[in-house]
Order: sequence, then structure tokens, then C-alpha cells
Amino acid sequence: MELGPIISAMRRNKVGAIVVGVQMAITLAILCNALFIIEQRVALGKRPTGTDEANIVVITNQWAGHPTDLAAKLQGDLAALRSMPGVVDAFASNTYPLSNGGSSLNLKLNPEQRESTAQTALYIADEHGLQTLGLKLIAGRNFTADEVLDRMPGTNVPPSAVIVTRALAEKLFPGKNAAGQSVYSEYQKTLAPIVGVVDKLQVPWTQAGGFGSKFNDSSLLEPYRHEAPYGYYLVHAQPGQAVAVMKAAEKRLIEVNRARVLQKSQTLTEARAEAYKDDRGLVIILGVVCAALVAVTAFGIVGLTSYWVAQRRRQIGIRRALGATRTAIIRYFQTENFLIAAVGSIGGIGLALSLNLWMVTAFEMERLDTRYALIGAVFVLLLGQLAVLWPALKAASIPPALATRAA
Amino acid sequence: MFGYYFKLALGSLRRNAVLTALMIAAIGVGIGALMTTLTVFRAMAADPIPSKSRQLFAVQIDNWGPKKGVSPGDKDNLQVQLSYIDAMGLMNANAAHRQTVMYVTGFALTPVNPDLRPFQVQARAAYADFFWMFNAPFRYGGPWSAADDSGHADVVVIGNELNEKVFGGANSVGKTIDLDDHEYRIVGVLDRWQPTPKYFDLNGNTYGTPEDAFIPFTRAIDQQMASWGNTNCPSGGGPSGWDARLQSECIWMQFWVELPTPADAARYRAFLNNYAAEQQRSGRFSWPPNTRLRDVREWLVYQHAVDDGVRILVLVSFSFLLVCLLNAMGLMLAKIMGRVADIGVRRALGANRRAIFSQCLIEASVVGLAGGLLGLLLTALGLLGLRSLLSEDVGRLTHFSPADVIIAVTLSIAATTLAGLYPTWRAAQVQPAWQLKSQ
Repeated sequence: MELGPIISAMRRNKVGAIVVGVQMAITLAILCNALFIIEQRVALGKRPTGTDEANIVVITNQWAGHPTDLAAKLQGDLAALRSMPGVVDAFASNTYPLSNGGSSLNLKLNPEQRESTAQTALYIADEHGLQTLGLKLIAGRNFTADEVLDRMPGTNVPPSAVIVTRALAEKLFPGKNAAGQSVYSEYQKTLAPIVGVVDKLQVPWTQAGGFGSKFNDSSLLEPYRHEAPYGYYLVHAQPGQAVAVMKAAEKRLIEVNRARVLQKSQTLTEARAEAYKDDRGLVIILGVVCAALVAVTAFGIVGLTSYWVAQRRRQIGIRRALGATRTAIIRYFQTENFLIAAVGSIGGIGLALSLNLWMVTAFEMERLDTRYALIGAVFVLLLGQLAVLWPALKAASIPPALATRAA
Repeated sequence: MFGYYFKLALGSLRRNAVLTALMIAAIGVGIGALMTTLTVFRAMAADPIPSKSRQLFAVQIDNWGPKKGVSPGDKDNLQVQLSYIDAMGLMNANAAHRQTVMYVTGFALTPVNPDLRPFQVQARAAYADFFWMFNAPFRYGGPWSAADDSGHADVVVIGNELNEKVFGGANSVGKTIDLDDHEYRIVGVLDRWQPTPKYFDLNGNTYGTPEDAFIPFTRAIDQQMASWGNTNCPSGGGPSGWDARLQSECIWMQFWVELPTPADAARYRAFLNNYAAEQQRSGRFSWPPNTRLRDVREWLVYQHAVDDGVRILVLVSFSFLLVCLLNAMGLMLAKIMGRVADIGVRRALGANRRAIFSQCLIEASVVGLAGGLLGLLLTALGLLGLRSLLSEDVGRLTHFSPADVIIAVTLSIAATTLAGLYPTWRAAQVQPAWQLKSQ
């Protein structure tokens, strides 16, 4: 293929070529950054909590007034919940996965240590906690009933034992078995034995780059009865019965005691949808914009190339009359577009990387994987080829006889 | 002349219907995308209290020292909230024109009618100055008095929604409500109030509605009402017991002051530094004073009130519009190049460069106008989509104002005309003789 005539033709139509090239460069820059963001947000929303989400119901309980004897009230509620048909198990806690609210602790290996070793989310649970959440114990054991202590919120009762997640165990005791070791919590000022390690339990916070994102899988369970004016009942329903159990449980709790507010009940699946709603929204919007962008760029190329073809009808006719095949004509326009797209792509890769660099400093963004830029470049090149095909075919169908007619 | 050019433009556009449709569609989609994201962005970035945003200041005092623990958004070693000790220290010093400490808490409200179930009421504990400082609009009654603050009175200001729910919207001033087994006397009912963002407390829900009820801070502390907002302690967790919490370095309160003039602000800054220096002298802080006073706008920027996702969307849609305009420019160029002969004839018949230039520019503006109208339609659709996709609080920001119609159409015409400048200039360069010869 002779590049010479193509380049000299483009030089006569500089601005048109530049417009298409710049358009392709910007398209590439937006496309790969947007796809990168989409991929990250999708991954964010898919992070597992480590629990049996579909079958877990959370009921928010708030006692009205200043209730006395919270310990008895709590046990009454839990006994009622556990005896319900369709309920596997239940317990009360200070928070739940995907709730975006909770407490964190700084852990040390001993009281003398100056800087803390790990930060962790705190889940309050009794001996029913592991089964209710559906957590997988990978070392040690569950809490025993006599390890579970009474605790009003805001009071400091040293925990008799703790259970940690695998991620937290690895941070505290890399390469060692954490079960049997002890950790020191700066706020409780006690050394507590680690009795068990569970495979996974996500912290309650889910925001990208937000609080907790740096210790996403570091959670700690402490054995207390959560005797608080405000708390959450977590109920594990038998498969497929979560919604029915949720409604029945609300009714049952009101029967047990009316003086309470059940502000919000939901399954963890619903909690997940809510926690990631804005992320999902962003993904969809970016996706739509990307699709529109691709369409606009493609139609732009189609429109512009069609006009170039129309403008050069006579020249094309002459070329055909002088012996150029249809394929040669098609290849001419394809090569022309390829040249423009190649230059545009090189510019686009640079633009994409600098746009990303700027976003890294301006937002909580990660560095763009260069592969994304390369995939984007290939995509833009293919898009150009595809868009140019139709006008090129039209050009190829110009009859050689056209050259013989007067203009 | 304008009318004639307009007619010519329409004719020329109709002659190349496909091309025209492509141009209008590209511009419409670009304008639609930009206006959609811009509407949300503007709502997020808007000044929530324009008349006073330079007079209201959030106060920050470093009571943790360098490198001690982390709190959300901790970039300059300053916590975004205050401890009770510092909040009371500042309240008692009374060094500002107006001032209030506050925190979020809540109750269960037990209705008088025994058939109705108790329900949740979110409340804010604050001083009376709160209502004056943040221009809270009253429907009935007004704020409580300074005497109520110092008297730890059991009074309450309720929001419009709560008043509708409990009293059916009637004037409830003087009546009482039962909040957690305690009777509170209503002194005021707020009108609809939606400061966006909720600048005076950006912990938790940035775009949420203000609380349903407001009670004197002094009363809330007496009642040991736990914070329903964020509490962060330098060692993680929290100390045991209410009194220990009050005496701890845990941060859980917001503190705002109103300072009418820059001189007042400068004086207050000096006062804050003195306060922190005093704490250092007394041995509570082992570090030099680190305090900050930020007005509403600075506070919103500092706290990242505008969601990063929305910033990214605005950026993407701006670039998208740019691509759309380049696209339209390329198509216009192609179109004008295809009509060189036409223009040559007109030039030969006496039209000067200016005439050609205005005619082509009007043609571009007509495309811009049509694109803008299409863009408006797409914006309406886009906002509808956003509302269903985003959470309720963010979705509330997707309202289209009449001003946006003007902005969209103006932007579209201006941008398209700008994109049309080069093709138009090329058209005006057409040499009449040259074109006629080549025929």
C-alpha cells in the first residue's frame, strides 16, 4: 500500500483529519478511565462479607423510654426469636456487616508497645454468633456460654476471650497460629486470649476509600450480651424463608413488648444493595455515557468519511478507471483511518494516563493499569475500522465510468 | 437579514438531513449528559447559606497531638469534631458573637394515643444560638431562650414533618411530647428546612435532612443522651461510663461560631491559639497549638462535601461534550466543503465575506438550538434515571430548575457556534472566481 498519496491527501484536508484524531484520542482517554472505574466499583460491590447474606435478617431494635432490666428483656427477645419456626439461630449485636456504622479498636500485642499493631472492627456476639452469621471457624473454637458476659454500652467489662478473622490474625501474628495467643486492646486495657479464628468477616464500613477501607477484613468478635437501649437482632433463617421470618419476627417482638421501635428490618442481601447503591448507580451512568461516547465517535467517523468519499467521487472514479480494484479503494480509506486512529491512539494513551494521574491526586483513585490504555487503543482502532467500512464500501462501488463523464 | 439567513440555514440543513440529524444528536447527547451531571454537581457544591457563608465558622482544635490515631478525613492532623472538654471550654469563654456546640442523638416518641406504636425521633442537642446562626425558618413559635440553655430546660423545637405526623400540622407550640418517658414542652415548630449539603454536621449523611427535633444541649448532657453520630477516640473504642466519656479526649461534637467581620475572625483565631497554648501550659497538650477556623465554603471543600463519584461524572461528561462538539465541527466542515461551489456562486453574485460568515454562523446556531432542545429532553430523562439509580438523599438533588433550561440552550448554542467558527471561516475564504472556474 502506498502511504504517500494518502498522506498528501490528508495534508490537503488537515483539519478534518485532526478533528477525527483528537476525537478518537479523547474517546480513548475517557473510555479506559471510565472502564477502569467501573471495574473497580463492581469489584468493590462484590467483596464478600463472609456471612450467609441471603438467609440473614437484621432487625433494628430501640427501646422506648428508659427501660429497666435490659438483661432480662434481651434474653426474652432472643428466646422468642430462637423458638420461632424457620429460625436457625439468633443473637444481638452492636452492628452488622454492610451497616456502615460501628466501632473500631486499636490492638497491640502487649501493653508496653507504643504504636498499635492492627486496627479492627468490633462485633459483639454471644455463643450463637458464629452459627447465626454462618462464619467458618478455621482454627480454635467458638465462645462458650460462660465466656459471654453482660455489658451495657459505654461500660468497660474486659472480654474473657476474643475471636479474630484470618486477615486480622495474619496482621497480628504473621505466619503463626493466632488461636492460643493474646491481644491487648488499648481501650479495654486488658490482654484477652484469642480462642478462635474465622475465615472471613468484613468490617461494617463499605465506602470506597472511606473509613475501614484500609482494614476491610480485620474484624474481632467479643463475647457479650448486648444489653443496650439500641441494638440489632441478627436472625439466621432457613434457606428461602428470610422474608417470611423477618415479618413474623417483627410481629413476635411486638407481642413480647410493645414499648419499642423497630426502625428498620432487612436481609443482608438488601443491606448490600443499599450499601452499594450509589456505586452501582455510578457504574450504570458511566456505562451509558461510554456507550453514547462510542456511538457518537463512530457516527462522527461515518459521517465525515462519507463526505470525503462524496468529495472525491471523481478522483475515485479516475483511480478505478486506471485499474485500481475495489479492494484497493476500500483499503485506501481503511489505511487512512488507521493512520489517523494510530496517531489519535498514541495521543489518547498519553491523555488517559495523565487524566488518571490527575484523578489519583484529586480523588481516592488508584493508578490506571497501562493494559487498560492499550486495550482501549486497540478498541478505538477497531472502532475506526468498523465505522469507516460503510463509507469505504460506498466508495468502492463508484463506477470507473464516472471518470469519463464530464464534471 | 437575519430572517433570510435563518431561512437559508433551515434549507441548507434540510438538504443534508442525515448529516444535520447526526450533528443535532451528537450535540443533544453531549448537552444532555453534561446538564444531568451538572445539575447534581451544582446542588452538591451549592453554597447552603449564601448570606452568611463567610461569617459562620467551624472550629477545630487538635487535642490528639501529632500522629495519634486516625479519624476519617484526617489529613492535617486535625480532627473534624471536638471533645466535650474543648467544646465546653470554648462555650464558657463566650468569645464569639454567637456560638453553639452540638451533637446528634435520638429518642423514641411515645404517642398519647395508646393504639399507636412508639416511633424514632432523631434529635440535635444544641444551644439557642443554633437557630439564629443557621437561619432556621420557624413556622410557629421560635427558638428557646438563653435562660432555657442555662436552666437545662426540657423544651423542644420540632421539625415540620414531626409536627405534621403528631399534630397534623397545627400550631403545637405550648403542647408537650413524650420523648423517652420525659415530657418536653414545644417552643417552636420549624418550617420545611433542607440546607444542602447539611453543612453544620457533615458526619454521616452529607445530604440528609436536618433532625426531627432539637433540644437544649445542657438538657441532653444531663439526660446522658448518647451520641448517634460518629465518636472517635484516640485509642479506639471508648471509655466506660458517661462521666468518663465527658472527661475523655474522644471527639463527638461539632462547634460553630458566628463572626460578623474579618476582624472578629482574626480575633477569634488568636483566642483559639491562646486557648490551645493554655492547654499546653497546663500539661493537657504536649504539642504546640494546632487550631483552625474555616468558614462554610472552606469547610465544605475541606470535608469533600461533593461526592467523588459526581466529580468524576462531571469530568467525564465535560470531555464527552467536547467529543460531541469536535464531532459536530467535523461534520460542519464536511458540509461546508461540500457546498463550496454554492458559496462561490453567492460570492460571485456579490455576497461579501461577512455575509457568508454570518449565514454559516446562523446555520451553526440553529443546529445548536436544536441540539440544546434535544439536550433538555435528554437531561429530563437522565435526571429521572439518576433518581432511580442513586440513594434517596443524593436522588433528592436531581431537580431541574427553570434556569437550567436557559443554561442548557445557551450553552448549546454558544458551544456549537464556537465549534462552527472554523468551518465558517473556511467558508468565508472561498474564492468566487476559483470556484466558478472549476465548474
